[in-house]
Amino acid sequence: MKALVWHGKEDIRCDTVTDPEIQDPRDAIIKVTSCAICGSDLHLFHNYIPGMLPGDIMGHETMGEVVEVGSGVDGKLKKGDRIVVPFTIICGECDQCKRGNFSVCETTNRKSHLAEKAFGHTTAGLFGYTHLTGGYPGGQAEYLRVPFADATHIKVPAGIPDEQLLFLSDIFPTGWQAAVQCDIEPTDTVAIWGCGPVGQMAIRSAILLGANQVIAIDCLPERLSMAEAGGATTINFESESVLERLEELTDGRGPEKCIDCVGMESHVMASLPDTLLDRAKQMVMVESDRPHVLREMIYVCRPGGIISVPGVYSGFSDMLPMGAFMNKGLTMRTGQTHVNRWTDDLLRRIEEGEIDPSFVITHTVPLSQGPEMYQVFRDKRDSCVKVVLKP
Amino acid sequence: MFHFSNIVRTKGDPKILAGGPSLKRPEDRLARALGWFSVGLGVVEFFAPRRVTETLGMEGHETLVRAFGVREILAGIMSLSVEKNAGLWARVGGDGLDAAALLSGLTADNPKKGNIALALLMVGGIAMLDYRAAQDTKPRRPPRDARRKLYPNRSGFPKGIESARTAAKQIAAHATAGRT
Ligand SMILES: [Zn+2]
Ligand SMILES: [Zn+2]
Repeated sequence: MKALVWHGKEDIRCDTVTDPEIQDPRDAIIKVTSCAICGSDLHLFHNYIPGMLPGDIMGHETMGEVVEVGSGVDGKLKKGDRIVVPFTIICGECDQCKRGNFSVCETTNRKSHLAEKAFGHTTAGLFGYTHLTGGYPGGQAEYLRVPFADATHIKVPAGIPDEQLLFLSDIFPTGWQAAVQCDIEPTDTVAIWGCGPVGQMAIRSAILLGANQVIAIDCLPERLSMAEAGGATTINFESESVLERLEELTDGRGPEKCIDCVGMESHVMASLPDTLLDRAKQMVMVESDRPHVLREMIYVCRPGGIISVPGVYSGFSDMLPMGAFMNKGLTMRTGQTHVNRWTDDLLRRIEEGEIDPSFVITHTVPLSQGPEMYQVFRDKRDSCVKVVLKP
Repeated sequence: MFHFSNIVRTKGDPKILAGGPSLKRPEDRLARALGWFSVGLGVVEFFAPRRVTETLGMEGHETLVRAFGVREILAGIMSLSVEKNAGLWARVGGDGLDAAALLSGLTADNPKKGNIALALLMVGGIAMLDYRAAQDTKPRRPPRDARRKLYPNRSGFPKGIESARTAAKQIAAHATAGRT
């Protein structure tokens, strides 16, 4: 089959690889009908997250049709079922899964010793996302083996196009969880840093959860226009001061809730000296992440407020203003998304026409053009916001 | 076809049968080569400045050579990173400094002026490569003033934003009513 394979920094190729096989009774194989490139795939494209090996298949936003099931899948899934694959692999049985903390499932990371070294404890296995999280082949491919398939799936009905359902795999529940974690109250202002695909979903989620005001921060006109279409007031950080504008829009109180949809690769700008310093330290490997957004959020958030972090961080961040964080009594909530905790509710909202996540797609191309699209998406060429690949 | 990466595959996971084309361009490879060259030269200058000054008949300038070594290493690391373009431009600037320093040593009474001439020739050649690589690896981000598609109609709410807001308000009102 064809698959997008990681070969090194900025080197993803569309290779021909062997078809996946059932390795365990709980496996299923799907024929992929749609998959997408995620913003977090760019961290791997840039080789900022350790633990990728040449030959790894990329991709964690995938859906398709079940073509083969192992003997242990136990009637939960059968040939012909249409499923969206959550990016977090879950067993459904461990203590964490039972609590709904799916992204920290204790059994699915087959290389848990690596995660234990890096994080202290293991987290769930993820598709196409480094050997720290299991080194599972990803779904930017024609076929995908789904481990623990009896639990790791979201069954979706026929009659709704792929484009509306695909993002149940990651960005929609990710934006949703980010907003839910904010405990939004009807008087709240929710400020969202980053208007990439997750930011766009977080904006819609905050509106659906009843925020009084949603403010979106980015520097790309096309993304800001999409944010505005979703009901956000926008700030362009290249032409405006984020701090001043946020104060202005909240009568000097600061936003009650702040969401970081940027993560470890925040924009480097000469007018923001901390970003230059972070980038330099990152290059000589004394710091792995660039936490400019976290610093800004802690500084600007209203005392007693909540900071929600769906953006990906991988290792160590310097100079976080813990003094402000502590004295202002802020709460930080973060985590990889507990996808299946939210998808029943979100699928219902899609079915009822409350929301249609396909609004975010700007490019749809054949899988074989995937490598070029990584570059287009990274360079933000052609007003690219979200790429869907068709195998 | 043998693929090295297949050795580390977990048993049963897909293995590469035939590699697809890489998008790495010749200029990316040149940038990489220059990056490693820069790091290598920098290490020599930093750890063995005396050897450098003796070869050039410029004894007494070891501190300067050391500083140049640090500069080479940093520019090299940058040329090997995602920001290779900035690294290569830093190298072009560095080549200018190298040339200036060498010229200052090119005096009539320097017995090693032959070596200096040779070094100048080398710096000139490398500078041309640096310049070419820097030109060819310009970031392909669209310029700030580029015309962009805007997406003012993509609300994502098939029933409109107002309906989404109203629904949310009703749910909130319900919740409050439930609490009291
Ligand atoms: Zn993702
Ligand atoms: Zn589990």
